[in-house]
Amino acid sequence: MTSSGTSLNGRLDDVSGDAGYAGHPQRVGFFTDTSVCIGCKACEVACKEWNGLPEPDAFTLTGMSYDNTGGLGASAWRHVAFIEQDVISEIADGAATRWLMSSDVCKHCTHAACLDVCPTGALVRTEFGSVVVQADVCNGCAYCVSACPFGVIDRREDDGRVWKCTMCYDRLRGGLEPACAKACPTDSIQFGPLDALRETAHTRLAELHAAGQGEARLYGDDPDDGIGGAGAFFLLLDAPEVYGLPPEPVVTTKDLPSMWRWAGASAALLAAGVAVAFAGRRQ
Amino acid sequence: MRAAEQVQVPPADFQSYYGKPILKVTRWKEPHLPGYLFLGELSGALAVVGAVAHATGRRSLARTARLAATAGAYAGGATLALELGRPERALHMLRVAKPTSPMSMGSWILSVHSALVSTAAASEVTGRLTGLGNAAGVASAVTGPLLAAYPAVLLADTAVPAWHAAHRELPLLFVGGAMTAAGAAGLAASAVSHDRSDFGAAYRLAMIGAAVESLGGYGLETMPGLVGEPYRSGSGGQLLTAARYLTVSGGVAALAARGSRVAAVAAAALLTGGGLCAKFAVLRAGKASAADPKYVVASQRPTASSHDGG
Repeated sequence: MTSSGTSLNGRLDDVSGDAGYAGHPQRVGFFTDTSVCIGCKACEVACKEWNGLPEPDAFTLTGMSYDNTGGLGASAWRHVAFIEQDVISEIADGAATRWLMSSDVCKHCTHAACLDVCPTGALVRTEFGSVVVQADVCNGCAYCVSACPFGVIDRREDDGRVWKCTMCYDRLRGGLEPACAKACPTDSIQFGPLDALRETAHTRLAELHAAGQGEARLYGDDPDDGIGGAGAFFLLLDAPEVYGLPPEPVVTTKDLPSMWRWAGASAALLAAGVAVAFAGRRQ
Repeated sequence: MRAAEQVQVPPADFQSYYGKPILKVTRWKEPHLPGYLFLGELSGALAVVGAVAHATGRRSLARTARLAATAGAYAGGATLALELGRPERALHMLRVAKPTSPMSMGSWILSVHSALVSTAAASEVTGRLTGLGNAAGVASAVTGPLLAAYPAVLLADTAVPAWHAAHRELPLLFVGGAMTAAGAAGLAASAVSHDRSDFGAAYRLAMIGAAVESLGGYGLETMPGLVGEPYRSGSGGQLLTAARYLTVSGGVAALAARGSRVAAVAAAALLTGGGLCAKFAVLRAGKASAADPKYVVASQRPTASSHDGG
């Protein structure tokens, strides 16, 4: 029904069309503006409720500020990061603490490594441009787990299959927005057509820069970046790695032709080696 | 060498989110993944040995190699299935043929290879359909090298820094290991067999393999910068060092194996141990490089300067 598409990297404006959909709806996605996130975790709760995600193995305190989720995983498809930074504040007239909060989610990459490497076809591109695991197909090989440059997708060991954010595919099919965006009280999580979200984000970035927030930056918005742009992108207030995000991710499949060339040459070396070993005189 | 490497890597204080990994550490585990790498490459090299032996009139060796290649292929396939979260869905691997997925390509290579070597082996054992069996044996000389080499693409085509950066070194390590393993099997067979006519070929194959495998391992250890560090330090580095000593001493023991059955057995054991250690080293190094966010940041931002902790 769907393929992983034909292009391995670079700009790709019609990701669903590339995957074989004709007459598909326009690509939708998330713009998460972390500058207005208040860390309420309503997105985490709404996601778990709607998608019926299992509870954590243990309810523990991590000591990582208010973050007791720890990170995205097979049963945590939204994750709010809390970062406490010591800063010098003019308002506080000296040392103060700055809190950064950010709701992380699957990036639904334009060039999705998880989708490229999936050997069973369990991971598919949807007509909305999102990337979804078909649970009835996945055999839990976990290749996608090692391929994802963001460390998003993971295997649920009691279940044996991999799981991640579906961008609420069922809700999209019914004309609803994803549960996390619906629940977000500050519109930190915005859902909509990706093109429109990118415009909104650039406007917001200009506002923040004009207001003196020079460290504000967009992350994953650029269709010319290493993953062809993310379907879920962010406005951050510090370097990506501060939030646990890779600074400049590149889809691993970009180098696939080169990898096969080296492996092919090595395979020929093996055949030649055996031939040479047997070319000598018998004892 | 080691001191020079450290000079090249500037001490950097990378920012991170509470030191948590950026990537998920692979779910692939011991001994399944290293075991599969070993069994697959052994079967791959033995298939070529079987075809060459048949072509050069070494009937007994061809028979043994085809049987062993079949055993290796099926044992390897079983190991892979046990690595799955849902082993009962192992055949889902053959739902599609997907060029962008090295695991899909590898599943097809393993399947075709298994069919070919078992056809050749069945023909050897039963003495029937020898034309078909020999044709399958010749074809397995094509699938065999691919089976030995493709896992390098499988590992390199991930976000794991130590694997992705090693797409030149890993195939050398694996095809070298394939020749070493097949040569070691030949040395061991020559030690217990009355017929030592194939000793020379096994000896040469083991020596060529040990050289190529050592070259691959050396390449991993000397990968510049932080990305090569997991191959030099930690349990990955220790296992790779152990692999080098085992492989080299196995080669030395093989020098004496012509006149000594004990030396032949020792050489086979040392070479096999070296190959296994190298496979475990690659898995450990990959896990280490995914577990520490500094490797991810360094691989994507080579010029990253030090910052205050985040």
